[in-house]
Amino acid sequence: MSIKLTIPTALRKITRDADVVEAEPGTVREIIASLDESFHGFRSRICEDEGKLRRFINIYVDGEDIRFLDNLSTRVRDGAELAIVVAIAGG
Amino acid sequence: MTFINGLKCRECGREYPKRAIAGCEECFAPLEADYDYDAISRVLSREVISARPQNLWRYRELLPLEREPVVGLASGGTPLIRADRLGRVLGIRDLYIKNDSVNSPTLSFKDRVTAVAINKALEFGLSAVGCASTGNLANSVAASAAAAGLPAYILIPDNLEPNKVIATSIYGAKVIAVRGNYDDVNRLCTDLAERYPWGFVNVNLRPFYGEGSKTFGYEIAEQLGWRAPTAIVVPMAGGSLITKIHKGLKELEQLGLLEEEVRTRLFGAQATGCNPITSAVKRYSSEIQPVKPATIAKSLAIGNPADGYHAARLIAKTKGWADDASDEEIVAGIRLLAETEGIFAETAGGVTIAVTRKLIEQARINADDLTVIAITGNGLKTPEAVKLARPISIEPKIAQFDRVVSGLAATV
Repeated sequence: MSIKLTIPTALRKITRDADVVEAEPGTVREIIASLDESFHGFRSRICEDEGKLRRFINIYVDGEDIRFLDNLSTRVRDGAELAIVVAIAGG
Repeated sequence: MTFINGLKCRECGREYPKRAIAGCEECFAPLEADYDYDAISRVLSREVISARPQNLWRYRELLPLEREPVVGLASGGTPLIRADRLGRVLGIRDLYIKNDSVNSPTLSFKDRVTAVAINKALEFGLSAVGCASTGNLANSVAASAAAAGLPAYILIPDNLEPNKVIATSIYGAKVIAVRGNYDDVNRLCTDLAERYPWGFVNVNLRPFYGEGSKTFGYEIAEQLGWRAPTAIVVPMAGGSLITKIHKGLKELEQLGLLEEEVRTRLFGAQATGCNPITSAVKRYSSEIQPVKPATIAKSLAIGNPADGYHAARLIAKTKGWADDASDEEIVAGIRLLAETEGIFAETAGGVTIAVTRKLIEQARINADDLTVIAITGNGLKTPEAVKLARPISIEPKIAQFDRVVSGLAATV
């Protein structure tokens, strides 16, 4: 019963060098909150004070940008893959 | 002879040493090259620049290299053409085309950024280079990597135009067509840059790479007699070029090289089928909502533009505007530029001409604004975009030719 979350290099200090961490299914917002309990400071690294994602952080659920889904309220089913990606490359 | 201090976060100001790095490790924003402008102003003058060869290295103090460049030596130095015939059709009096469709070596503005990035990869001693590309960058990186003797790994969307694929593979690059759109390719490339110790020009070399685009702005100002245009219309994919043109103009102003201060209004152009930046500007916002691209302007088909936020903000700040063009308008734009000025641009050029027309009709660009249109790529790369009638076929006989001429005359 878990989902896999890929962590970019820039965040691995927080996740004690883990490049993949596991979480229980829920909304993206809930998953971030639960990871913040395991990895203190996790939420504030990727979210603004008011809770929305930082401008240059994107989250993908099974390859789809959550801005095409339901943003932080997107439900993540068991077995899904989540990826946090720093979005400043390309073009 | 180096004037680059290091890298600096565009948002939080945190400083970084010169190394291959994608962005700020604190707030994740893009990094900008930071220069010692006082030292530059002591050595760089109009006279010094004018005495140098016509390529982008005439502004070398404002580029982030620490050694003499060894590849891309002929890049930049493209023509700025007065476009009176096009201006008459569009209804403005003082119009110029900056024509990077004849850039060297691969006929697009990407030769500017690649020239910086590949030299930087050599300086850093990287063993290979790579990129995610919608085509023009693929051509440019493949060619420059070949000239530098570096292996190149080029990732492209699998629906790219055939000529852009051929003009990448020919250089011996390893071309990998990824099933998906550019944003999928770019995401993969971002992940790869964390796993392979290579220079991905638009990922971990991006803070240096982007600086090459400033030379597009330097050249325009110098070619206008050391003056910034009143308005400039620039195609936008990731949104970097328009921001770097502005940075370039402001740097020349800061160095005291311009006749007047920079009051250039920035105008951005996208395809309607991929318009995340223009739609933000039209909402009076800089919040980018990503889109799924569906346009013939594949070189601009970035649905999740890395510099979209910065581009939208600068457009608003300079009192510019942005608009987008449909596929039909893009083709009409390509034809109009070709038929009035003799320049065959790729689809991005069609976008820019079509949007310039709209901006003039909307009176956002006025008849007496000194306006420059940025043409960034060559039409021979995307010939399938324009469907033209086959030529008239005749026997080699004068009578047949006469009949064709009188027939054509009758249709005029």
